[in-house]
Amino acid sequence: MKQTLYTFEKLKIASFDFTCCEGCQLQLTNRESSLPDFLELLDIRTFREISDEHHQDYDIALIEGSISRSDEVERLRAIRKQAKVVIAFGTCACFGGINSLKNRFPPEVCSNEVYSGMAVETLPVRKVSDIVTVDLSIPGCPVTKEEVERIMVRLVTGSQIALPSYPVCVECKQQLNTCLFELGELCLGPITRGGCNAVCTTGKTPCLGCRGATEEINMAAFLELVRHRKFSPEECREKLGFYNAFEAFLGHET
Amino acid sequence: MIYKVISKTEFNRFLDALVGNNTAFGPCRVESNIQGEAIYQFRPVTSAAEIALEYSVTASSAKHFFLPFREELSRFMFHGEEWEQLVACEADPIVLIGLRACDIAALNILDDVLLNGNFPSPYYLARRKNTFVIGIDHLPLVDCFCKSMNHHTVPTGFNLFCSDIGEEYYLSINSSKAFSFLKEFESREPGTRENRLLMERRNLIKKSFQTEIEVSGLPDILDIEFDSPVWEKWGAKCLNCGSCAMVCPTCYCYSVTESFACNQQGSSRQKTLYSCNLVDFAQVAGGHNFRPKNGDRLKYRYYHQHRGFAENANQQICVGCNRCGRTCLAGINPKDVINDLRMEKESCTTGDSSSPTSR
Repeated sequence: MKQTLYTFEKLKIASFDFTCCEGCQLQLTNRESSLPDFLELLDIRTFREISDEHHQDYDIALIEGSISRSDEVERLRAIRKQAKVVIAFGTCACFGGINSLKNRFPPEVCSNEVYSGMAVETLPVRKVSDIVTVDLSIPGCPVTKEEVERIMVRLVTGSQIALPSYPVCVECKQQLNTCLFELGELCLGPITRGGCNAVCTTGKTPCLGCRGATEEINMAAFLELVRHRKFSPEECREKLGFYNAFEAFLGHET
Repeated sequence: MIYKVISKTEFNRFLDALVGNNTAFGPCRVESNIQGEAIYQFRPVTSAAEIALEYSVTASSAKHFFLPFREELSRFMFHGEEWEQLVACEADPIVLIGLRACDIAALNILDDVLLNGNFPSPYYLARRKNTFVIGIDHLPLVDCFCKSMNHHTVPTGFNLFCSDIGEEYYLSINSSKAFSFLKEFESREPGTRENRLLMERRNLIKKSFQTEIEVSGLPDILDIEFDSPVWEKWGAKCLNCGSCAMVCPTCYCYSVTESFACNQQGSSRQKTLYSCNLVDFAQVAGGHNFRPKNGDRLKYRYYHQHRGFAENANQQICVGCNRCGRTCLAGINPKDVINDLRMEKESCTTGDSSSPTSR
């Protein structure tokens, strides 16, 4: 029998959850049609959601969730030491995500609200790259399985990995959707990284920017659009802050 | 070309039969915007009643029926040390109803670029040949400027074109297929009265344009104004969102990506329609970007649209539908950009005519 022209090694991968809903990890088992092929790419060493086995010899670590306790900081640093490639997996890991809303209130107000007076250790929410070096980010709330699949194939084959650099509008227009601004909504599509196939806007839900700012966004022009369409700065700030994904651009306002 | 006249009721029967027996698309009202104005798109239709023949304009053009937003160009299968490439340029026949003259003119321009050059596209050819195009004339919207581009009428590029002459349609039949389909329905030769009505209709359309853009000499002006501050001014407004190119009936630029299949037994080459306003449009291997600035990217879109590139003999490819202007959230539109450029040119000329010391 002939030798195969292309040979690939499976990725020794581990998946870890931090402060999150574990919904992004769950996406890994989605898209059943290609699931057997997808699992063939991976040598899963640790993945709490699907296996009791835990092995410490992994090369790639998927980090899901934001970091909100000191023990999480320690655990994350230990993972960084072991892994050759650390992937921030999902919006919480990439930007802090919805959990970051907590940072708008004093910590004791938050713990009182949730745990009614019980003493819990909690820190302000941080994204993964605030603590360790991140090699690759896969944003999304939740991540898109198709994109994860594509990236894993590229890791296996050693091909170039890049997220789309165009905004959500491109894929939204490709689906012949009516622009949500035309329907009176404030949508972050023009400044948010595409690749989600405009799933929210196709369902008539304005984009909240879970995939973060796309390359070289024109924030000044976007804020001009928001003003022109008579949305309040508060409403805009609320949307931009929802996933904490536009942290770097909030200075543009006022 | 053969001309016939058909009553609107009979034409509806014809459409019903046509869309009932074929995969068909026509303008449909999809919703209303916040001002209560109807929004139309080309959607699948199965009966004449679903078609909004009296529509204003579709938000997106009919381009994607010929150039899909995403398309697999080829597939590769690995067999041991060998590999094979599979290319399928197939298209199921479709009927496309209700295109405007400018939309059909856009197809003729795409024909020029994609079929009449040195490397005709078999993908485009398959779709173009398998699409039955029915055009319908209309009174221009306030911002249509296709008359300026000389695309408010179209002599070719369709199977059938309907001019609204009141109770009847004046049909221009441009294919044997259309002629034989119509044989089953009651139509008649146009007489003096119908010919007069057609001329009146055409004159009315011609006179109804409210937006005009002076395009004479525009290619030269674009060359002269290559470094104009106008580009930076409009570029500063641009959101780089690419919406203009997506809705445009002639923007055909694309990006190609290749990817392994998940099972690693093959790979696929995908084409995606792209836009010169997107930040990485001119980015090359190694990361260098030839057009890193908004203004430069916007400028090249206008160059391609209004000056043309060598591949289509330097003809303008804009047909004047103004879909880009309507869709742009930043308010960028050909009329304002081109007028700005002309004013810039005129102010230069005025400057030249005065004495050098006064400048």
